[in-house]
Amino acid sequence: MSNWEILWDERAQFWSGFLSTLEIFGLSIVGAFVIGCGLLYLLEGSRKRLTMPLRIFIDGMRMLPFLILAYLLYYGLPSVGIRLDAWGAGVGALAVYHGCYFAEIFRGNRLTFPPGQIEAAQAHGFTKGKLFFRLLLPQIIMQTRPLLGNQLIYALKDTAFLVIITVGELTAAANSLSSTYFIPTEAFIVVIGFYWAISVTMEIIIKQCGRFSAKRGFDNV
Amino acid sequence: MSEANTSETAAVSIRHLSKSFDDVEVLRDVELEVKTGEVVTIIGSSGSGKSTLLRCINWLEKPDRGSIHIAGQRIGVHDDGRPMPVRELAKVRAQTGMVFQGFNLWPHLNVLHNVTEAPIHVQGKSKREAEELATALLEKVGMSQKHDSYPNTLSGGQKQRVAIARALAMQPAVMLFDEPTSALDPELVGEVLAVIKDLSAEGYTMVMVTHEMAFARAVSDQVVFLEKGLIIERADPETFFTTPKTDRVRKFLENHDTPSSA
Repeated sequence: MSNWEILWDERAQFWSGFLSTLEIFGLSIVGAFVIGCGLLYLLEGSRKRLTMPLRIFIDGMRMLPFLILAYLLYYGLPSVGIRLDAWGAGVGALAVYHGCYFAEIFRGNRLTFPPGQIEAAQAHGFTKGKLFFRLLLPQIIMQTRPLLGNQLIYALKDTAFLVIITVGELTAAANSLSSTYFIPTEAFIVVIGFYWAISVTMEIIIKQCGRFSAKRGFDNV
Repeated sequence: MSEANTSETAAVSIRHLSKSFDDVEVLRDVELEVKTGEVVTIIGSSGSGKSTLLRCINWLEKPDRGSIHIAGQRIGVHDDGRPMPVRELAKVRAQTGMVFQGFNLWPHLNVLHNVTEAPIHVQGKSKREAEELATALLEKVGMSQKHDSYPNTLSGGQKQRVAIARALAMQPAVMLFDEPTSALDPELVGEVLAVIKDLSAEGYTMVMVTHEMAFARAVSDQVVFLEKGLIIERADPETFFTTPKTDRVRKFLENHDTPSSA
């Protein structure tokens, strides 16, 4: 029996790892996106006192190795009485970590937002919340699309770290098969294929979304 | 309330308005009354404070002193000096429609949705009602064929006509035009002026900052000349353009009468 045939027989493990990675990735990027938008909204706010702590939080997260954050949530939080399972700690860490990156991407774009458009909205009676959700956010998302796509790939790759806090995702499946049968090369090549497949699919979707913004003159696809 | 009584018939009533940027006084004790249906043009050289005056009317600039009433309603602060809460300010602001020099359309929305956006999401009109109104207004400004176009595909003149429809859609008590043709190629100026002229003929109340003297003369009921933040001359257009009282205005008009370098 060749090494590849062994892996084929164990395909159920890969499959459940793949589904688990997809689930973790999906939930955490939705969370990250919401956190990113929320941080942008708070930075937008009339409460200037909030700006500095928020910036420190965002930069602090960005300057932290992801693995440390995952460790902290999984092994560190129980010491203050909060016990998350590996899965929850993993998804939470990914969401917060990449949420801060999203916020930073949004914030950078916000700085170049034409002030005239905001004045026009104010002149038409828009209040802050409506202005943010109807006018600012949609444009910022359309304009930062390529950067967001890039960030999503980072987020996908960071899911692999969760093997270390015992989450049973794709890399964990490869890890376990490679050590059970001593076939690391083949096992890891298979998961590379899975990660590439997810990334390529995501790239295609992000690219398709580009048509939507190109029509409005935001970028060229 | 007492002040509201004196300005009941006025679309805009400005009293003792002063404003400084740092140490520079840009508006000094400005008084201006715009009656309903009236077209008032503000003229002056650059830096005279005319744009600031216009932008104070809808509180895009906060004046230091004085009061402004829109259709009898005070904007920005209450009579007792309390600043107006954001929501209340937004309501008064919605009584004005502003057209900017740089158009400032919302690029992610198509032409129709630029016009329906505020009526639906600020005034709470139904989608159908807002679209009917927008359709009528876009026809009025000659943009009926462009409902589905996005702003990036329009010429400057077309963008400005959409911006005018967008402001009209608020059904404001007064329309404010801040140099609406200054950012346009010369051959596109005419189409925008034609639209504004139609509006004046229909009896819209308008306050306009412009450098188009012939146009100001044709559409205005009242011309105001601003110099270093002071209104130094105000008159009906005939008097203003033919027999100005001050040397400053005479000089200004001479410079503007020289044929443009076309």
